[in-house]
This record gives sequence, structure tokens and C-alpha cells, in this order.
Amino acid sequence: MSSTTNSPTHHTSTIGAIGAPSRRNTELALLIFAVAIPVFAYANVGLAIDNRVPSGLLSYGLGLGLLAGVAHLVVRKFAPYADPLLLPLATLLNGLGLVVIWRLDQSKLLQAIGQAGDKAPNQLMYTAMGIALFVVALIFLKDHRVLQRYTYISMVAALVLLLLPLVPGLGLPVYGAKIWIHVGSFSIQPGEFAKIVLAVFFAGYLMVKRDALALASRRFMGLYLPRGRDLGPILVVWVISILILVFETDLGTSLLFFGMFVIMLYVATERTSWIVFGLLMSAVGAVGVASFEPHVHQRVQAWLNPMNEYKLSRSGAPGMHSEQLQQALWAFGSGGTLGSGLGQGHSDLIRFAANSDFILATFGEELGLAGIMAILLIYGLIVERGVRTALAARDPFGKLLAIGLSGAFALQVFVVSGGVMGLIPLTGMTMPFLAYGGSSVIANWALIGVLIRISDTARRPAPAPASNPDAEMTQVVRP
Amino acid sequence: MNKPLRRIAIFCGLLVLTLLIRDNWLQYVKADGLKNDENNRRVTIARYSTPRGDIIVGGSPITGSTETKSNGLNDLKYKRTYKDGPMWAPVTGYASQSFGATQLENIDDAILTGNDDRLFFRNTLDMVTGKPKQGGNVVTTLNAAAQKAAYNGLKGHGKGAVVALEPSTGKILALASYPSYDPSSFAGTSKSDGDAWNKLLKKNNSSEPTLNRALRETYPPGSTFKVVTAAAALENGLYTSADENTKSPLPWTMPGTRTELKNEGNIPCENATMRIALRYSCNSVFGKIGSDLGNAKMLEEAKKFGFTSEQFTPVRSNASVFSDGMNQSQTALSSIGQYNTAATPLQMAMVASAVANDGKLMKPYMVDKLTSPNLDTLEQTQPEELSRPLSSKNAQILQSMMETVVKDGTGTNAQIGGGVTVGGKTGTAQHGVANSEKPYAWFISYAKTSDGSSPVAVAVVVEDDNANRQDISGGGLAAPIAKNVMEAVINSKK
Repeated sequence: MSSTTNSPTHHTSTIGAIGAPSRRNTELALLIFAVAIPVFAYANVGLAIDNRVPSGLLSYGLGLGLLAGVAHLVVRKFAPYADPLLLPLATLLNGLGLVVIWRLDQSKLLQAIGQAGDKAPNQLMYTAMGIALFVVALIFLKDHRVLQRYTYISMVAALVLLLLPLVPGLGLPVYGAKIWIHVGSFSIQPGEFAKIVLAVFFAGYLMVKRDALALASRRFMGLYLPRGRDLGPILVVWVISILILVFETDLGTSLLFFGMFVIMLYVATERTSWIVFGLLMSAVGAVGVASFEPHVHQRVQAWLNPMNEYKLSRSGAPGMHSEQLQQALWAFGSGGTLGSGLGQGHSDLIRFAANSDFILATFGEELGLAGIMAILLIYGLIVERGVRTALAARDPFGKLLAIGLSGAFALQVFVVSGGVMGLIPLTGMTMPFLAYGGSSVIANWALIGVLIRISDTARRPAPAPASNPDAEMTQVVRP
Repeated sequence: MNKPLRRIAIFCGLLVLTLLIRDNWLQYVKADGLKNDENNRRVTIARYSTPRGDIIVGGSPITGSTETKSNGLNDLKYKRTYKDGPMWAPVTGYASQSFGATQLENIDDAILTGNDDRLFFRNTLDMVTGKPKQGGNVVTTLNAAAQKAAYNGLKGHGKGAVVALEPSTGKILALASYPSYDPSSFAGTSKSDGDAWNKLLKKNNSSEPTLNRALRETYPPGSTFKVVTAAAALENGLYTSADENTKSPLPWTMPGTRTELKNEGNIPCENATMRIALRYSCNSVFGKIGSDLGNAKMLEEAKKFGFTSEQFTPVRSNASVFSDGMNQSQTALSSIGQYNTAATPLQMAMVASAVANDGKLMKPYMVDKLTSPNLDTLEQTQPEELSRPLSSKNAQILQSMMETVVKDGTGTNAQIGGGVTVGGKTGTAQHGVANSEKPYAWFISYAKTSDGSSPVAVAVVVEDDNANRQDISGGGLAAPIAKNVMEAVINSKK
């Protein structure tokens, strides 16, 4: 198996196909670590809380191992040249997330307020669904360029997904942010899926329009100013982002979509002016909405003075005050450099959303500065592997899609952890893979699936030229 | 397209770098502040996560810990208990799961919880060997018998406080305040704990049981302050002996006024000696002494006794007051313990103790030593001289005057007998607008055993709502309590 499978074997041409090693065995070795570390952490939590190895160790370990194994075999079969780091990194994060969700399940405080208790089995199930979607994506999406055909369908789908939480009876405001919908007993965050669908639309659209956007421009003060009518698309996306912010009152989602579009626009056109425009527009939009929209305004106030917010919440002052941010900051601070150790912190004091939006605080308290830095670097690695995929991709659509997805991933990590650490105002999004929640896990596995597909296409060696007796005299020109 | 891609890669790297910097700021630079923030619930959780160390009096603990009944939402494992809570509350303070900690429970919290740096090595060792963390102990200087005598003495009256010191070291032997409260009653988190706490709040309880009268309340000291005035007269050479004619007229009109400074009753104060004046408590004589010495000299002497400074025993006491910038008549009134003069019971005990200790004032303290859980001493308090308000010769003159008070004067109720000499001074301090409220009954004294050493000095103040006005004299109400406290100390030394 492995590297020799698809390598050209017996041609004699002067220019050999690039015999890139498939690196599938590297991936397997890394995966073993990515499963072993969470299993070890799981045992650690059990020993810290109950003084014994948790009884579920075997089933969780086998479950995670099985899922990772299936994913690996599917990659080996259907995307043999894929990037070897993406799958292990995502598995590691997902596994650690499971451990910490299980750890918070043990909190009596969270159990008493119905925030935890049985979340880890659910999360394992969501992980299985996520891996299933990942497998389906790899099996049925033989080439990512197929997605190009669905450019405008994607646009409609993304808009529908984004608007769903506003539909009366379906939308579900949670702590003020309307980014959830309720279907039966499930709650879904459509924004997580919209992220991927929207990236497909942007990539398809920009690939077609990029020349017009890039070339038809005037130079002014060192910047290439686009023509008025070319400003249309960015304006539309900006307006939609603002509308999301106003009606769904979620800064994160809004920032994520607008940021993703600006990144892709910049990559497509190579015009720095778009970045300048984008920054200006998001600044105007954010400041404008924060001043006029009371809920967003209140979140900004809470961010500026979390201690005051804590006291208001404790004293039962009127209005929606939450002590979560201050509690999260205390969790981080109490963790210090090395953390309290898994299972030995008190991050359950965050109460609401301790295992979803605020899960990073538990990592901060129990694994300390060291743990958080490791996790942030793992996220950084996933993003950089995504950017690498974009660099290696040979078609503009693939490049745009890969950079859009990795850019969105990076922005999401920044917006969520920045919010939880008090760097920027809080938003209602979740840490990819770590946080509890079906939508997030499933959507992010799909995202990794698409990236793996693009990277496989990018790293796949060019087909071997036909064996030709005149090979010595033939110049093979490859695209 | 690859150039912007590389830039985006750098941008994403910067995003992660920003997060890393922020995390270092939060978890390294700001970590200690966040970790030890009083509002951070973890501080309370840690305080009650293991049985607290004990506060110890005379070898046996007056505190304890009991495991909290766990109901899921209560994250605090152990609750504080107290033996004879109301009696010891002015010493221990309280450590409540809901309402924080005060006094020794707060000041020595790190030792009691076992978080003190000096216990670090031991804790680490315990962690390795799997033993639970234990708190250290606070060994106090108090004397259980004296405390009991003091508290029971006050119990018969409305309100009051007692402080007893060991003159040669400054050790606090008794520190009682009445009415008091039981810190056990609100140590937990239940509703009944909350109710008990609410009942104690000042707005719901006019008798203020949580007020530590011994350290935190200042009363006009009345005639007991004449001891300070006599010390000032001797130290400044105004008179050189107890039996010198003070050449005091009667009636005596305060300088700059037409008001006579009245004495209580018809007592022989005209041209009295200081011994006679102290024995009968002559306002006219001591008012004139204060007026003759002047504000500055009186203030200087009062300061030497500890007035105008807070004391840290280590529990803080309020500063006692002797004003500056007064005219002669105000100084005269201040010198008999009226006008602005106000003293904590601790302060007046320090006055008696300095006289008894031949003029040397020792710093009062109540923590003898801090020990580790296995009783190794971590910190031992050494007696410390605070000041010398009197020369040893003048101190002995003052002692003989105070002993006359108890032998033949207003303080006869404090006599002990059996070879024990007692020196003291009564006081009845007026207060309220135009003396409308019931006066405070004071008594300060010391006892000397037959070998000449002085084991105890004591100050008692009583405000009795039930007694009639005449009965409230320091000799009637306060002196018997002082006597019992002194006897308790002497008997416990035998």
C-alpha cells in the first residue's frame, strides 16, 4: 500500500511525473497519537474526579478510534494524496473536546441546572454523524470542481440557511442571539453550514468575475479603486452581514461572513484596495450597529467592563446581564501557567454554555496557558495546512474555496476565543471541534472533508505520459 | 493568486499570534490577580475545601470544622463550627461560607486553609503521598478562665467590653464584648444561616452584636483617664510625689470661662495631694493639672500610652482620641476623660498595663504563634516594647496612688486579698446630649502578686440600660468584673 500505489512505475520518459509520496502512513501514525492523547486525558479526568479509571474508557476510546480509522481508510482509498495533517489534527481536537464535555458532565452544578450530564454520548454521536458526512463528501465528491456548477444554487441555499433563525416558530433566541433553529427536539445552528455553502458561492462567483473586478479599475492615491458597478457584490454582502447583525444580533456570524468574502475577494483580484474597503466597511458597520442596536451595545459594554457586568448580574439589576465573561476570565486566571489539572478546576461556575461557547475556559483552567497555547497552535496548523492546500491547488476555484474555508475557520477561532478571553466582544459561536453542539461538529467535519478533497487533487501527481519510444525527443508540456 | 494567498497566510498567523499574546496576558501576567480576586468563587471553595485549621486557646481548640451536607449545588465541603461562639467571637471573628471572614479567621486565613507559602513544602509532600491538605493552627495568648469571667461578668449587664493584658509582655488574656453573636449560626449557606445573619445586621438589631466593642468602639473614658493625666503631671515634673500639695483651689473656674469644674459630691479636693485627688476622683484637681500642662504636653503623654494610633493585635483596633488644638478649658475637660476624649477598652487596659509594668508599654497581641498541622512553629510573636510613658520611679508613684484607690477609695470592690495587691481607677463617663443618656461605668486595674510581679491588667466598660443613674459608678458595676477576671488569671497561674 502507501506511496507506491499510484506512482508511475515503468515509464521511461525524460520528464517523470512528480512522484509525490502520499504520506498516508504518516497520517496513520499521527492518528494513533490523536486518539491516544484523548484516551489518556479521559482516564486522567476519571482518576481526578472519582479516583478510578472511568468505565466508559474502552467504549469512548474504541468509538473515537473506530471513527478515526474509518475516516483514515476512506481517505486512503478515495483521496490518497490528501494532506496528512488535517485528519489527525481535527481528530485530536474533537477527542479533547469529547473529554472536556464528559468532564463537565460530571459537574453536579451543571447537572442541577440541566446544562450537562449526558452531553458526551450526544457529542460522540454528532462526531459519528460528522465523520459520516466527511466520508460521504470524499466518496461522492470525486473532484471539488463539481461544486462550481452549483454556484448560484449555493447562494440561494446560503441565504435560506442564514435567514432560517428569523422564521417565526423556527428561530430560537438564545441569550439574545438569534442564530439557532428548532426542529423537533434538535436545535441547529444553520450559520455553521452556511459558512461552507457560502464559500462555494463566493469561490464560483469570484472565479468568473475576478478579471472584471481586478482590471477595470482606476488608480487613485496608490490604490486601485474599483468601478462603481463592480462595488455591487461587496456592498450586497456587506448589507447582508449588517442585516444579520441587526436581526440575529450576532457579531460573530456577521464578522465571519464579511471577513471571508473580503479575504476571497482580495485573493481573487490581488487588489489591496479591497482589504482597505473591507476594513473600513466592517468598522463603520460594527460601530454603527453597536451604537444603535441595544443588544449589541450591551455586549460591547459587558466586554469593556466584565466585572461591572458580573456585579449587575449578581445584584439582579434589570436588563440582560451575564456574569459568564467574568467567570471565564477567572477560570483562565485561576488556571495559570500549567492549569489545575483535568477534572480539578471549577469552570462549571460559568454555568450556561460552559461546555459549548465557553469550553475554551475549561481548557484554560485545567490545562493552563500551556494547554491553550497548544490548542491555539493546533488550530493555527489546521489553518496553515488549508492555506497550503490553496497554494498547491492548480485551479482558481480550488484555490478560492480552500482559502475561503481556511480563512473562515481562522476567523471563527479568532472571534470565539477572542470573545471568551475578553479580547473582543462575545459572540454566539463555538470553537470548531471542541465545543458541544451537533451543527458545529458536523459542519466542521464537512469543511475538513472538502479541504482534504482539494488537497488530494492538488497533490496528486499528474497522470503519467503514455510510454513512447520517441520519448527522448518529445517535449511534454503539462499544464 | 499565490502572492495574496501568502499574505492571507501571514494574516491568519497574526490572528493566532494575537490570541497567544492575549492568553499570556490573561494566564501569566494577570493570573494571580484573577486567581485571588475575592469575588472569584474559587477563593471561597478553597477556603472550605479541607477542614480549616483551628484557633487554639490554652491548648484546646475553640473552633472546629464539620462536613457540609452535599446537595449538588453546594460546592463548599466543610463548614466552620465554634465552641462557646458568642464568648470567643471578638477573638475569632467568623468564617462563613456565605458572608466572608473577619478578624483572625480572615487575617490568618492562609495558615488556616493551608495555602500559606510556609506550608507549601508540606502540602506538596502530602499531595505526593496522597494525604489530604491540612490547615495550620493559630495559637492565641488568651486565657480561657479570664475570658469566661469577663464574658459572664458582662452578661449580667446590658452592654460592655473587657480587655485583659499581661503587662510584662502585652499578651491579650481576655477580650470580651457583650452582646455578642454565635458565628456558628451563619457559618453555612442554608436559609437559616441567612436569617441568622440578617438578624445580626445593624439595621435589624440596634444592640449591634457583631460590633467588637473591646477593639472597635471608643467610649469617653471618664475618670479613668485621670491616670494618664497624673502620669503627665509626674513626667513633666509638675509634681514630684503623690503626697505633694497640688495647691488646687475649690471651686476651680476653668481658665477663659466662668464655668466651675464640678466634683461629684462633697469631696475633699481643696489643696488635695494627687493621691487624695485620685482616691476621691477630683475633677477640679485633674482638670487644673491638664489646664496647667497644656494641650501639647497632655497630647504627648496620651500618645505615649497609645492614643491616636490604631493597634494591630493583629486584629485592628480603632484609634483612641485625644484632640489637638484645644484651649485651656477644653484641655481641662479632656484631661478628666470628657469633651472629645474617647478610648477603646483595649487602650485603657494598655494604660493600666503600662503603669503596672513600671512604665513600660508593651505592644498588645493575641496570636502567640502560628503552627503547621503537626504543630511545628511557623511564626512566634515576640513581645515588643511600644513606648515608655513613665519612668520606673514615676510608675511606682502612680502605682501607690492607684493602690490607695482600691484600698481606701472608690475601687474597694476590686480588692482580692491573699497577698495580692490591686491598683485601679474607677470612671463614670457622661455621654449623650446634655448627659441625657446613661453614663458608662469604667474600671481599669492591675493586680500584683506577693513577689511584686504583675500578671494582669484589665479594663472594663459597662453600659447598663437597667441600672439606675446613681448605681452606675465604675466601682459598683465594673470593678467586680475586673476583680473576677484578675482572680481568674492569678488562679490559673497557680
